[in-house]
Amino acid sequence: MGEVNFSQVMEQNRSFVDKVIEKSGQDIRQCYQCAKCSGGCPGSFAMDYLPNQIIRMLMLGMKEEVLKSQTIWVCMGCNTCTTRCIRDIEVAHVMDTLRQEAIKAGYAEKGRLVTIFNDVFLSTIRSYGRLFEAGLLMMNNMKTGNLFKDAQFGLPMMLKGKAKPFPHRIKGRKEIKNIFEKIKRMEGK
Amino acid sequence: MPKYALYPGCSLETGGIEYGMSSHAVAHALGIEFLEVPDWNCCGASSAHMTDHLLSLALPARVLALAETLPVTEMVAPCAACHQRFAAVEYELSRDEDLKRKVNSLLERPYTGKVKLRSYLDIFANPETLEEIRKKVKRSLKGLKVACYYGCLFVKPPKVVNYVDDPENPQAMDNIMRALGAEPLPWPYKTECCGASLGMTKEEACTKLCNDILKIAKDSGADCIVAACPLCQQNLDMRQISVEKKYGTQYRMPIPFFTQLIGLALGLDPKTLGFKKLFVDPAGVLRKVGAA
Repeated sequence: MGEVNFSQVMEQNRSFVDKVIEKSGQDIRQCYQCAKCSGGCPGSFAMDYLPNQIIRMLMLGMKEEVLKSQTIWVCMGCNTCTTRCIRDIEVAHVMDTLRQEAIKAGYAEKGRLVTIFNDVFLSTIRSYGRLFEAGLLMMNNMKTGNLFKDAQFGLPMMLKGKAKPFPHRIKGRKEIKNIFEKIKRMEGK
Repeated sequence: MPKYALYPGCSLETGGIEYGMSSHAVAHALGIEFLEVPDWNCCGASSAHMTDHLLSLALPARVLALAETLPVTEMVAPCAACHQRFAAVEYELSRDEDLKRKVNSLLERPYTGKVKLRSYLDIFANPETLEEIRKKVKRSLKGLKVACYYGCLFVKPPKVVNYVDDPENPQAMDNIMRALGAEPLPWPYKTECCGASLGMTKEEACTKLCNDILKIAKDSGADCIVAACPLCQQNLDMRQISVEKKYGTQYRMPIPFFTQLIGLALGLDPKTLGFKKLFVDPAGVLRKVGAA
């Protein structure tokens, strides 16, 4: 992570930790660094910072390092950390908030594959109301440039009747579109 | 006759079609009535909660509001990932009136909270239904050693999913398997994450997690891993061949859904239970219980 001047970053980013606390509803100041979250984290082997380190870095005001970390995109949301936290912090919920903040701040480079997948996933819901798996796979592969990702499963899935060639369109598509539009207006995006 | 609103979710008709088939067959045999939520939409899954908090609540809240139009008091979502999204709506909106108003302002039909979410495992694992299952067993699964795999999202985090089972060592599926005559093994990976959500974005991490689960189940002496979540099931079943290739192993571990095994024990035809839909051949399991 290189050298960090703590008095400087803490001054600059004092409001960031408050924002994370407010948005996630989790008082991360309660954390006393027992590291139980990291001990049980199934994704820790692929992370650059452990979950307890992320919490500590937040407290130290290291906004950029946290939002640019690999960790927040490796977190699978299994909630083992939340289940085991002795200080009652929903760590997985904090990770959700951090991902959302990273996207807003334009810091999601390490999460590029995740955000592309999520955007394509949500766009099929916005269009049809339900997930369209075949379309999701194709669009995702086109956008990531990884054209043949999981292509070997396509034919067997079709033959087993597990993938449909066309999307199912729900009647309430307009309601779904409204949800997306209203949120966009509400959050000023 | 127990009656529930059913939220199939996107996977019960696609990737987890055998979960859907066996759920309906078993419910019919046990006299459980499912009323499908009309015009349901996708719950948004992890893509919504990673992207936008309000969206992650509004999409499942629309479904719960639609379930309120049915003559039921409870709704079930067989997919653990969907289940947890509905649980999050109940948990967050029952504690925050402002948030509830905000979410409702996004919906055509308001969510009141009248229809409660019930764990899909629990509608089979409760004492009365277990007794009913025991009475109706025609083809005991005696001798079948199973590793019950709950995945994360039916049991974690317990205060949100509001389920009485132990999040580290749950028993619901074990109890069901015992009622069928099978032997549920004590094994340590019951609720370890399989990494399904990284399948598209960080496959090597996902493959490692799958390998860990498959290896421990095999070492524990399991004939099969029994799944309750269609995302876990697909991950362990469909990707098993990639795992074997990468780690130079040969697990050939069938991954049936718990509802498929209930159906088998109730004497139903393996075909109607969707055993042919599994990627890893379940013939060994079927032979062992005399169903092949």
